[in-house]
Amino acid sequence: MHVDGVACALFWVCAPVGASPRRPRGSEVADVTRFIERHPAWALLAILAIASLLWLIFAIWPPGLEEAFGRKKVFLNAVFNGITLGGLYFLVASGFTLIFGLMRNVNLAHGSLYLFGGYVGYAISTWTGSWILSFIVAFIAVALVGVVLQIAVFRRMEGQELRQTMVTIGLSIVFADLMLSAFGGDFYQIQTPRWLIGPLELPLATAVKSSGEPVYLQYPIVRLVIFAASVVIGVAMWLGLNRTRIGMIIRAGVDDRDILAATGVRVQLVFVLVFALGAGLAGFAGVVGGTFQSISYGEDTRFLLASLVVVIVGGMGSIPGAALGALIIGLAEQLGSVYIPTYAIAVTFLIMVLVLALRPQGLLAR
Amino acid sequence: MSLTSPAQVQVTSPAAAARRWTARSWPELNNPAAWIVALILLIMPLIANGFFLIEIFGTTMILGIIALSLMFLAGYGGMVSLMQLTIAGFAGYMYAIFGVSGHPNISMGWPWWLATPMALALATIFGTLGGALAVRTAGIYTIMITLAIAAAFYFFTNQNYVIFNGHTGINNIATPHFLNVDWRSDIPFYYVVLAVAALCYLAVEYLSRAPFGLALQGVRDNPRRMAALGFNVNAHRVAAYAFASFVASLAGILQVWNYRQISPGSVGVEGCIDILIIAIVGGITRPVGPFIGALIFVILRTFALDFLVKIGLDGNRFRLLIGLGFLAVVFWSSDGMIGLWERWQRRNRSGAMQAKGTPGHG
Repeated sequence: MHVDGVACALFWVCAPVGASPRRPRGSEVADVTRFIERHPAWALLAILAIASLLWLIFAIWPPGLEEAFGRKKVFLNAVFNGITLGGLYFLVASGFTLIFGLMRNVNLAHGSLYLFGGYVGYAISTWTGSWILSFIVAFIAVALVGVVLQIAVFRRMEGQELRQTMVTIGLSIVFADLMLSAFGGDFYQIQTPRWLIGPLELPLATAVKSSGEPVYLQYPIVRLVIFAASVVIGVAMWLGLNRTRIGMIIRAGVDDRDILAATGVRVQLVFVLVFALGAGLAGFAGVVGGTFQSISYGEDTRFLLASLVVVIVGGMGSIPGAALGALIIGLAEQLGSVYIPTYAIAVTFLIMVLVLALRPQGLLAR
Repeated sequence: MSLTSPAQVQVTSPAAAARRWTARSWPELNNPAAWIVALILLIMPLIANGFFLIEIFGTTMILGIIALSLMFLAGYGGMVSLMQLTIAGFAGYMYAIFGVSGHPNISMGWPWWLATPMALALATIFGTLGGALAVRTAGIYTIMITLAIAAAFYFFTNQNYVIFNGHTGINNIATPHFLNVDWRSDIPFYYVVLAVAALCYLAVEYLSRAPFGLALQGVRDNPRRMAALGFNVNAHRVAAYAFASFVASLAGILQVWNYRQISPGSVGVEGCIDILIIAIVGGITRPVGPFIGALIFVILRTFALDFLVKIGLDGNRFRLLIGLGFLAVVFWSSDGMIGLWERWQRRNRSGAMQAKGTPGHG
């Protein structure tokens, strides 16, 4: 055990954590039944939690509950904000988890890619006035940045996971400063197109008037559309990964890169493709974030934290895990900020601690 | 300067053996450069004025201690923790909350000699718990979890007004006065910082050769084999976190005495990453690395603005400079300044042996 021999103490290859034998992929229904068989108590708890949440959403609240808990409209708004925020978190975190799963690269510059996408989207939408175009351009621009990063930087240090992570830290500092010099510290909001402005009446009663007529929830259309889009993207990604040839190659790469390369697949090409997709998704999410919140200096850190927590909670490298984690964190953040405003972050953090304590590999990790 | 040398089996007089033991445990004693540096640091108040004493050397040593705690974890334990500044900041916040400050509704008004151990203990517990979470996974996951803890603490202090007074933070924190000395005035404070830095340095140096440190390095290199040998791998890792947290919280107390205020800005994610940069740029194979890195960082931070303006660039691009420098170090010299120095020495030595070798540069 010679200490002198570890001059490169930082850069040894970390042993992969999830080295347990992989089980073949069954259908998801079988997974659920197996989970219920193995952990009846947890399953019961989950079912109860979901059932009570559904009841809270659909039922007209009895007066006692309104007194103790505040108005139902506030609660419903928080739930909807949480779900739509979860959609945004999913878009950011899915790219992060995809890159991590395949290349074992903890891309700590992911928040910068998000912010860059937001700025590009803002520039395009003010220049051309087209909201849709800003999505396309932001996706392509950030994906190109991802391609350049993968080819010029990460390919040179393949297998040195810690060193790659260090590089992403350095890059995030450089990117943040460059963007600060280009855009300053101002807040930018991307203009919502006219056809998406305004509320939509949802068939969810928030209260009953004295005349017996129910009052329905009004919710901004743009958020619902964005949420629907993130669901579509999530499902498309899941289908792409599980039902197509390229998805099969990517999954094989996640399981064993070397054997995949040995079968003749051009692994480097797959890496570039996945990095481009992951980065592009971050850019896309930047436009989404710029539309329903705003983008400014410092948002990169916020969304990096969100992706980290989502991925830690959901399971590293798993797309369904990212979806579940994003939903949980989005809901926790919004409900927390409504009901316990000065401790909202602590709730998010506690969820992470709880998951790490009970299931360190994440909820849906294989 | 070898950190471990194989035990020599020789029969010598006890005095000689003791001398050799001292020399082996503390190689600094035989290194003239170490003595010179120590002497310069001791007589620094005669050379430097208040600005250099505190703003450059004091800050360097405080940041160096925090980075030293990271160096201990990363270099000997193989765990890159990004929450060391958070632990230091936690200690600072605890000192502000238990001690005396300009916010009587938050601070409890304990005297400094009670608030300091309390803050140290709480911050050590905080860091140990964080470490216990982080060791549940391994390798690069540590970075993610500790970064998440650091960022969560930053956002929490920012939005919590009851305990942490939100964005403003806590100001006008009282510093110790006793024996008729204001320990925050420049020269006494410099010596306090110097003493703590020296203690931490020697403690890390000592631990790296103590059985615990050796076991920790074994755990870093091959956890499975160490487990098979009967070592409790996770207990070693958590103990390393506990020690590193204590070191970091010492620096946190010094930090809060130095600035007399603490706010979310003191525990920001940028700051946490700066600590990593300091440790990496200095080199994480030796405890002296973080102090070298901190000196470079502080000098850059203090003078980069003037320098950049002088060569006709935007003075606000200081962080760009830091980021690019960090990238350069990660790309070309994997073990920082210490690595460069060792390579230079090696080249000199081989050059001398060949008698016509090119002199080393850079």
